[in-house]
Amino acid sequence: MINFTTRTLSNGLEVIVHEDASTPLVTLNILYKVGARDEDPQRTGFAHLFEHLMFGGSVNIPDYDGPLQLAGGDNNAFTNNDITNYYLTLPIQNIETGFWLESDRMMSLAFSEKSLEVQRNVVIEEFKQRYLNQPYGDVWLLLRPLAYKVHPYQWATIGKDVSHITDASVEDVRKFFFRYYCPDNALMVVAGNVKADNIFALAEKWFGEIQRKMVLRNPYPAEPEQTEYRELTVERDIPYDSVYRAYHMCSRLEPEFYAVDLLSDIMSRGKSSRLYNSLIKEKKLFTEVNAYPTSDFDKGLFVIEGKLVKGISMKEAEDGMDEVIHSLCNESISADELEKVKNKVESTMEFSEMDISGRALNLAIAAYMGDVNLINTELQYYRKVTENDIQMQASKLFRKTNCSTLHYMSGRKAN
Amino acid sequence: MQTIIDRSLQPATKEIDKIDIPQARKFSLDNGIPVFALTAGFQDLVKIEFLFLNHDFDVNRPLLNSATNRMLSEGTSKYTAQQLADHIDYFGSFFETDENSDFTSIMLYSLNKHLESTLPFVSDIIHDPIFPLAELETYIRNNKQGLTVDNEKVSSLARRKFNEVIFGEKHPYGYFVQTSDFDRLNREHLKEHFKNKYSPTNCVIIISGLVKDDSVNLLNKFFGQSSAYNGELKNGRQLIFTPSSVKKHLIEKEGAVQSALRIGKPFFNRAHTDYPGMAVLNTILGGYFGSRLMSNIREDKGYTYGIGSAVVSMKQEGYFFISTEVGADVTNSAIEEIYKEIEILKDEPVDAEELEMARNYMLGTFLKGMDGAFQLAERFKSIYLYNLDYSYYDRYLQKIRTIQPDELQNLARKYFDISGFYEIVVGRK
Repeated sequence: MINFTTRTLSNGLEVIVHEDASTPLVTLNILYKVGARDEDPQRTGFAHLFEHLMFGGSVNIPDYDGPLQLAGGDNNAFTNNDITNYYLTLPIQNIETGFWLESDRMMSLAFSEKSLEVQRNVVIEEFKQRYLNQPYGDVWLLLRPLAYKVHPYQWATIGKDVSHITDASVEDVRKFFFRYYCPDNALMVVAGNVKADNIFALAEKWFGEIQRKMVLRNPYPAEPEQTEYRELTVERDIPYDSVYRAYHMCSRLEPEFYAVDLLSDIMSRGKSSRLYNSLIKEKKLFTEVNAYPTSDFDKGLFVIEGKLVKGISMKEAEDGMDEVIHSLCNESISADELEKVKNKVESTMEFSEMDISGRALNLAIAAYMGDVNLINTELQYYRKVTENDIQMQASKLFRKTNCSTLHYMSGRKAN
Repeated sequence: MQTIIDRSLQPATKEIDKIDIPQARKFSLDNGIPVFALTAGFQDLVKIEFLFLNHDFDVNRPLLNSATNRMLSEGTSKYTAQQLADHIDYFGSFFETDENSDFTSIMLYSLNKHLESTLPFVSDIIHDPIFPLAELETYIRNNKQGLTVDNEKVSSLARRKFNEVIFGEKHPYGYFVQTSDFDRLNREHLKEHFKNKYSPTNCVIIISGLVKDDSVNLLNKFFGQSSAYNGELKNGRQLIFTPSSVKKHLIEKEGAVQSALRIGKPFFNRAHTDYPGMAVLNTILGGYFGSRLMSNIREDKGYTYGIGSAVVSMKQEGYFFISTEVGADVTNSAIEEIYKEIEILKDEPVDAEELEMARNYMLGTFLKGMDGAFQLAERFKSIYLYNLDYSYYDRYLQKIRTIQPDELQNLARKYFDISGFYEIVVGRK
């Protein structure tokens, strides 16, 4: 059981406190309900670029990192398609520095021209390092627009194209901030050696005066049901062919999610999984294979991917995949196999909550999903999944017309 | 009533004055295997790590250590690879292996309630692996392709080349693995290597988490009954380093949009008296977000997504390195700026405010590095494996708190002679 107490300030900021007297530390985790799906299609990559600018000084504090480091603290942040999440950890006696820094940048940024110029370059280098200069690095830049035609999940967090980052102006930054960064579009988790009442008082002191903004969000355009099989083949200067299949699935918030998540575990979690044993060990078609849901908050993708053994044709490899899929759709899995993946979910949850920053993030995600207590109850939803649910979800997902396939081929001559 | 606060002023901070380091408790199994236990937290689980010291290194069989270790769970006299995986996964446990050039380790993560059910399979894996030929072939096929893909990454090539030039190609620290090395793996060699290395006399167990009396009894039941014990962890081999006489190396990669840089030299390890001081100097240069390299090369110039430096400890020696990936067109400018920052450390004393920030950051990070039992186990390993005791951390923390700018400048002058640095560039210059 993870303990927590919640209170919402009058400006709409939801504050969640987790008390753990055994640590000398405290973590502040602030989640802003804005991600790449909120971007203008002509200005993609912006939510993530913006995350970088959140460290470029705020209205009263020219430098974010310096004072935090002086207080013995450490921080980071991530952006995905749905949210932007900032977290810092520091020794408990310096907790107020965390409140000071986070409340000031929620109030307003410095909007420095120099900071924008530098972070544009940093993000372009990040784009190169992660997507362009890595073998198989651009897969998601290709797969997303193949699977999504309407919904903003069609672009990756880094953006569609480097030019979108190059073109960002301070005016864009200002508009984005005033639209999405405010107490009523955020939630804060404070976890560590704290007392809830003290934290609520500190939250009121530092965040209480920040104005709510009543975020107006355009509804995300729903992706229409896919009715035709899609396929894209590209050739790259890489050593081995690989294949990526994306099937449309439910969102993280729908009740079927738990069965789909367990289905992916049955397929590829660990050395006892089906894809591993059938495709890598028995049939020797792949050297790596994986299946996973994207866990997005709008309808997501179920991905099956693998790197082919040299000399194996794409047809042989995909036939092998189809055979595993076919048996999942047509035969019930055993009770033991289901129990196995449920037990694995249980232990994974326990292991992810060993340190306070892990607990703080899990609490923030649960709160974002609408019920903080999901951190304690979600396992029960996994436990309720039946063999029949798994088979039903497999049949629902693995239809050819629901699939977008990327054939990522080696352009090198066989040697 | 709303208090008026001055948002331009940082709230008062307090120094981290007292750090308690919970220490490992030592037990021995019946056969003498030492067990070190670190208990913390409230999650009802444990991590058990079996550590074996590497003795031999044969340049003709460079993959023997890692291949043997990773093949342990691929079949025993009693169970096939899949049966072992099925059982361990069924109980929600995780079995992992890890190897570096000094140590080989086997790790089990398990909820306490399933520990008794999981351990028999781990015991089987450690005592009775048979290295089936078909599984070895799969291992070779997958890892050969994996290495070929890894060789496409500029950062991986830079790391491997750097180790090779600073330690020499015949030393396990420096050996540059080739895909053809996989073809020379032989089942008989694996069996022989297993017999020589995975003996109770060469084993240490570290258990962390919510460690119960019962967990220790279980360890004794499953791992304390095999053959007798006759010594401590041996001191390891002393192989000779043969560093390259050429300092600058370029591996050209056509079409690379970034170049990977790795600059540095062989260095002493944690046991050396200057190590704590060098840890502070390294932090200032490239050890954290506020470091000089980050401030200059990322936050001022925007040449990179990230740059860092580190002093790495190994059993026999260590190394110091700076590493980054920069836009290919600014490769030379980035290298120039890196050397410039090193020279500044030698020419000018660090100012008091910057030193204060680095000190506090390091103390905070140290505190964070003790959040949870697994982290405490890592703290223990970093001293035990170098034949140090917990007093090392007293010296380390004392140095962080008291070191002065002149001492840092002397360290920079003593150890940062650029003519002794190696420089690897992978990409374009």
